[in-house]
Amino acid sequence: MAREPLLSVRDLEIKFRLRHGDLTAVNRVSFDLARGDRLGIVGESGAGKSVTGFGILNLVSKPGYIAGGRLTFEGRELTALPEEELRKIRGNRISMIFQDPMMTLNPVLTIGTQMVETILAHRSISRAEATEIALDRIRKVAIPSPEKRLQQYPHEFSGGMRQRIVIAIALLNAPALIIADEPTTALDVTIQADIMALLLGLCESDKMGLILITHDLAVVSQVAQRIAVMYAGTIVEIGPTDQVANNPQHPYTRGLLGALPQRVPRGKRLNQIPGMMPNLTRVPEGCPFNNRCTLCEEICRRRVPPLEPKAAGCLAACHLLN
Amino acid sequence: MQRWRRFKSSYFLHSFLRDPMAMGSFICLAALVIISFGAPLIAPHDPYDTSTIDIMDSEVPPAWLAQSDARFPLGTDSQGRDMLSTMLYGMRVSILIGLGAVALQALMGICVGLVAGYRGGRFDAFLMRLADVQLSFSTYMVAIFFGALFQAAFGMGRYEQLAIPLLIIIIGFAEWPQYARTVRASVLAEKKKEYVEAARVIGLPPRRIMWRHILPNTLTPVLVISTVQVANAIMSEAALSFIGLGMPVTRPSLGSLIKAGFDYIFSGSWWITLFPGLALVILILSINLLGDWLRDFLNPKLYKE
Amino acid sequence: MIAFFIRRLTQAVFVMLVISLIGFTIKQSVGDPVREITGISVSAAERDALREKLGLNDPFLVQWGRFLGRALQGDLGNSFYFKRPAMQVILSKAPATLELVFSTSMLVILLSIPIGIYAAILPRAWLSRFFMGVSIVGVSIPVFLTAILLIYVFSVGLGWLPSFGRGELVTLFPGWQSGYFTADGLKHLILPSIALSSIMLPLFIRLIRAEMKEVLETEYVKYARAKGLKPRRVLLVHAFKNTLLPVITVGGVQLGTLIAFTILTETVFQWQGMGAMFIEAVDRADTSLIVAYLVFVGILFVTVNTLVDLIYGLVNPMVRIAGRK
Repeated sequence: MAREPLLSVRDLEIKFRLRHGDLTAVNRVSFDLARGDRLGIVGESGAGKSVTGFGILNLVSKPGYIAGGRLTFEGRELTALPEEELRKIRGNRISMIFQDPMMTLNPVLTIGTQMVETILAHRSISRAEATEIALDRIRKVAIPSPEKRLQQYPHEFSGGMRQRIVIAIALLNAPALIIADEPTTALDVTIQADIMALLLGLCESDKMGLILITHDLAVVSQVAQRIAVMYAGTIVEIGPTDQVANNPQHPYTRGLLGALPQRVPRGKRLNQIPGMMPNLTRVPEGCPFNNRCTLCEEICRRRVPPLEPKAAGCLAACHLLN
Repeated sequence: MQRWRRFKSSYFLHSFLRDPMAMGSFICLAALVIISFGAPLIAPHDPYDTSTIDIMDSEVPPAWLAQSDARFPLGTDSQGRDMLSTMLYGMRVSILIGLGAVALQALMGICVGLVAGYRGGRFDAFLMRLADVQLSFSTYMVAIFFGALFQAAFGMGRYEQLAIPLLIIIIGFAEWPQYARTVRASVLAEKKKEYVEAARVIGLPPRRIMWRHILPNTLTPVLVISTVQVANAIMSEAALSFIGLGMPVTRPSLGSLIKAGFDYIFSGSWWITLFPGLALVILILSINLLGDWLRDFLNPKLYKE
Repeated sequence: MIAFFIRRLTQAVFVMLVISLIGFTIKQSVGDPVREITGISVSAAERDALREKLGLNDPFLVQWGRFLGRALQGDLGNSFYFKRPAMQVILSKAPATLELVFSTSMLVILLSIPIGIYAAILPRAWLSRFFMGVSIVGVSIPVFLTAILLIYVFSVGLGWLPSFGRGELVTLFPGWQSGYFTADGLKHLILPSIALSSIMLPLFIRLIRAEMKEVLETEYVKYARAKGLKPRRVLLVHAFKNTLLPVITVGGVQLGTLIAFTILTETVFQWQGMGAMFIEAVDRADTSLIVAYLVFVGILFVTVNTLVDLIYGLVNPMVRIAGRK
């Protein structure tokens, strides 16, 4: 019996209502996530990855809105749910981890308050029981003296510890899925590895799904089982990590990986993809990558390439592959 | 000619013409300014010429009520002066003082803000503390203090003679901190930019850097607060006149007219206080609406909604 | 923390000194204290002797010092109109003003918070637009004009509410006659309080709305929503607390404006408070009273502002409000 995916995203479209018209930030993005699977969404800034992540929980900031598509989670259609039902899923069945813990933790409330409130928002248990759960999670993220921590304020923690707290908060209600939006970007490089290892360990042990949104290819290849590459609002390639990392199909992914400094022998010039990713108000007709692609042909300028299976379990959106 | 053409096709003019509120308030304001400054030509009577005023004409109701006089379309006040004429002259005085006071406070505030922001250090700290303290007393209070001070010092008669320049000075002195703080904030932001460092490296003297390079870039916020400040200055002048520290009743501004007419609402002559009041509100309201539109327009955070 | 406190205190003292200097200068340049005491029919020689005796020929700084010394003991000279110590006159009139200020503040706080929050979370609702529209009109009508209009409509026109005075008063304790405890007193409070709040209310509504809107866009509010907290909690616990902080600061400054407005309002309503007293003193060139009012109000401002700064420093410790975009 084919298992239902935990999360199924189909043709998700997210637009922004601006003065001079609507801007499409996420253009018909589709992917599945099985229970316990870890998917990495990579791309440059402005490619639409964070917006996709927020869109799943309908948390896109105004003037953004979900313009179309389906989001099926645990058999329920998220786009059809009223706000109150969605609220019950947020922080409960699906948790989010934001980028900068200094900005996301409320500076005037204690950690304890911010943790306990998350539990009490979804379960009717006593405050004491909720505190016990909070303490347990703090221990799980390897922070010493948990009791003391509950009374402290965010500014009393170091950057790495703050993000651990945020992870602890994400774990409070034993979610089935964690969406992590650039969780290590704001941290020191030395701490990044620790945090990612922690996240990986927790997802494996608790069988939680993970959507990791990042621009850091190195980080994603350590943690994710599959990678989706986004460009100008669309997924251009999606497949198992080692396939995408070592045998990329799409010209953009090839360009990205080719540009990694580690891949270039010493003394040689770094490989750059010419040009820049277009402003989302000026995405070219046809394939969004066409004005920077070395292989570009007539059909690339006329028709948008569909995301289709190419080699070795990868799907890519390019007219010119096989 | 080039500038005019550029202005005509600018985004500024374009969005201005499309906003009914902005257009409406601008037209209203322009009309008020024109008729008040054209008072010597338009007004049917001269309220300052005591020979034409007859006490027997006092408290005549406006033209559409009974017992009115066709000579006085909006009625007369307690001394027999024509309301319409007096209001026109009064509005002119109010606007003059408003503009003069804002010019003065802008001058003072910009100078202080520029120097304090650019020099920094204890000089800056001292000036800003001064501004903060004065602001905490609220500009109205400071204006009233100064008014009381000047009136005590000069005596009532001399004070009334010098009323217009004195009021400009009083209100100008009361409100300079706003400009100083705004300009200083801009200067601090601009100081960090590279063009300032470039200018310094070339060897330009600080004064030139401040005036020719930094100042033009700080003018946007100055413009934004200027409209509101004109409205505030007019309100301050009206308040001062109302409590007797402003324009005398012989050469009244709208505030003094309201004061003079206040007692008469109990005896039924409501027009003496309410017409000047209405004129004052329309004047201030149109300036405020225009200022609001300008601020929204110049605010880069407009994409939020 | 202590350093902060001491710094504010020294600043307060400095400001008071400047105010006392201004007040003293007024006293020196206006009116003749000798004439106030002796009247006109006294010979020049006797007047000179009196001047010498009162120390009026001493250097400026010495006289100022003396003035300060006396002021610290509460002696700010005598009002020549009331024939009583100036301080006493002010203190007798203060309760009237304070009661008015208190009821106005209550009105502003109780109305501006819910309306401001409502306008922030539902900016397109017609009620929000209505309030914002009324706000801008309210801000454009000077306080005294609002007062006059209110009197015209509710007193002269409809005859529902009284237009002057404080009404029936009750003596709470010696020196304090209150209008809060009689129906008549309360009726007299209504129009003046509304007039006085007519500019503060729109100001605070707009301020709270603007701050709330900004806070609602912050990362930590977004995060609170992402955690699935109930909207009411997000609003009242996460957003509101952070909105209040700048509002408190502004509130402190607005107190100055409020006091200034009491002068205008009391004049219109013939409310026997400090404001009306001040105007009358200016008219009569009663310098002692003018100076006493300046000093009293100065003390009031400095105290309140220092308090507000301290409260703000306590509520929001070393933490800077991070998370604002």
